[in-house]
Amino acid sequence: MPRTFTPKVVTANALLEGDAVWLTEDNTWTRDMAKAELLTDEAHADLRLLEASARQDEIAGPYLADAKPTENGPAPTHFREDFRTRGPSNYPHGKQAEV
Amino acid sequence: MYSYNDFDAAFVAERNKQFRAQVQRRIDGSLTEDEFKPLRLMNGLYLQLHAYMLRVAIPYGTLNAAQMDQLAFIADKFDKGYGHFTTRQNIQYNWPKLTEVPDILDALAEVEMHALQTSGNTIRNVTADHFAGAAADEIADPRPIAELLRQWSTDHPEFQFLPRKFKIAVTGSPNDRAVTRAHDIGLRMVRNDAGENGFEVIVGGGLGRTPMVGKVIRDFLPVADLLAYVEAIVSVYNLLGRRDNKYKARIKITVHENGLETIRDMVESRFEQIKPGFTGFDQDLLAQIEHAFAPPAFKTAGTEGYEAARLANPAFRSWTDTNLTAHKNDDYAIVSVSIKKHGNTPGDATSDQMRALAQIARDYGHDELRISHEQNVILPHVHKSDLPAIYAALRAADLATANIGLVSDIIACPGMDYCALATARSIPVAQQIATRFDELKVEHDVGPLKIKISGCINACGHHHVGHIGILGLDRAGVENYQITLGGDGTEDTHIGERAGPGFAYDEIVPAIERLVLGYLDLRTDPEETFIQTFRRLGAEPFKAILYPEKEAQNAA
Ligand code: SF4
Repeated sequence: MPRTFTPKVVTANALLEGDAVWLTEDNTWTRDMAKAELLTDEAHADLRLLEASARQDEIAGPYLADAKPTENGPAPTHFREDFRTRGPSNYPHGKQAEV
Repeated sequence: MYSYNDFDAAFVAERNKQFRAQVQRRIDGSLTEDEFKPLRLMNGLYLQLHAYMLRVAIPYGTLNAAQMDQLAFIADKFDKGYGHFTTRQNIQYNWPKLTEVPDILDALAEVEMHALQTSGNTIRNVTADHFAGAAADEIADPRPIAELLRQWSTDHPEFQFLPRKFKIAVTGSPNDRAVTRAHDIGLRMVRNDAGENGFEVIVGGGLGRTPMVGKVIRDFLPVADLLAYVEAIVSVYNLLGRRDNKYKARIKITVHENGLETIRDMVESRFEQIKPGFTGFDQDLLAQIEHAFAPPAFKTAGTEGYEAARLANPAFRSWTDTNLTAHKNDDYAIVSVSIKKHGNTPGDATSDQMRALAQIARDYGHDELRISHEQNVILPHVHKSDLPAIYAALRAADLATANIGLVSDIIACPGMDYCALATARSIPVAQQIATRFDELKVEHDVGPLKIKISGCINACGHHHVGHIGILGLDRAGVENYQITLGGDGTEDTHIGERAGPGFAYDEIVPAIERLVLGYLDLRTDPEETFIQTFRRLGAEPFKAILYPEKEAQNAA
């Protein structure tokens, strides 16, 4: 049986601000993970990561992060990725301050 | 204090200019991140979880009021109005924008500061006893040596691509406040039978994945031979250090794998070889530097006002009981300003607080400030008659917490609230422990106790040498905290031992509470500190407190 593929999103840090961004279906970078493209096929995910990696003048350090589908869009499964959608827990800084 | 000469100023300006151009090339896409990363790291710029982070060196933890004011200015203009003081006597800004970093570096250069070699596989910012030049127990001020090492190591052509980062700490006192035994090279000043000052040279210490206590490679090294000997050590390491495996690349592993004797033989022979090249220019330079570190003109005044204020004000008395250390001048004191207010982030100071500290240093502290590796700010030279005024000024700036050396004076690394390498958070754990013990109102009764927290195995929070160490890990996708017991970061450096299975995020604070309150029942009397009790009884009774279910099973 083929192993099941955990859905992914392409994420990176924005080049100028350094904050977390996610790749959308229409090839833009969003600061809202729920708007990201959820990748459910491994080969397609690898391809999207390759494409993202070519966009060196927009982002740094792209990688595939585990995600799960929700009503609102893709959501993190690991606490590290969850923190990246919000910001630090000791101050209301980062993304949690922007919403 | 050391002041830049023309060479220093021109050098830093040139480096900043280069980096500005590199940043520009990164932004316009002509440099990839892979190409840019080593360049930015050489200038202290990291890319973390939520933003870039700039690590600014505070060489040997010393700064003056104008420099502190400038750090505050940078915090306001380019960051979110605060800075984070680290266990390596640096300050980190958590929110700079890439486009603005070159301007920050220029602003630092205006006050003779920089971010050079605060990262990368080079010799890092040299750390020193934060009470240097002031402590009653000191043989001599170690900072001239630290400054000499800074000048020698900055952009040293042989040592820009070491197998791994390289950290040197230096202390001038027999009581080690600089954790010299947990550094790649530790230098501990000693006096020989002839009454001459020299250094005990310690090599191969370090925390992280494989914690090791440094070993003495030379009992007594004359001051005049210091630079040549340190250079010999680093060049032997540069040759032998493993570049094939990042986890085996630190000198502690080199010493461990090759044996201290082999390393010592190689260092001594390299030392003999290069020593003739040190023809005395280094000693001339050292003499100039020493001149810059001449003690301030101590004032003479009565200290009756101080004694009277102690009697009159219990809060002031409590603060003087915990936050003062003996100064070499009897009428003076060393003030440790706690940057650990209960519930706040350890080591974080707002720009207003930085300016208040700068003003206090100007008014009462001979224009000197220090950053300690314990993430507090030190006023090294304070006349006792000025203490009531200083206390009042600190209170006004919300900096008068009387908890130095107590449960809530916790070292905590940034952990997963900021750090890209983290496996768990450390800041909220520290905040909650401090808040809890403040509620319990027992920390003065508990007495001296060092809790140190790291958010991953890299151990920036020095958890291995905490009396109680806490290491945050990722266990199957949830935060889990491992406790170590009995560590010690002083001249008797000792690596703590693991207590047992880790605790979940919501269990760790109750576990620490159990442990500390349990100690109160174990000690012979209030004079016996936590670490003394641990040494007397060993780990077992503490483990029994931490894991009561297991204890119940054993009893059944
Ligand atoms: S110990 Fe780990 S989490 Fe903490 S600052 Fe160091 S690398 Fe980051």
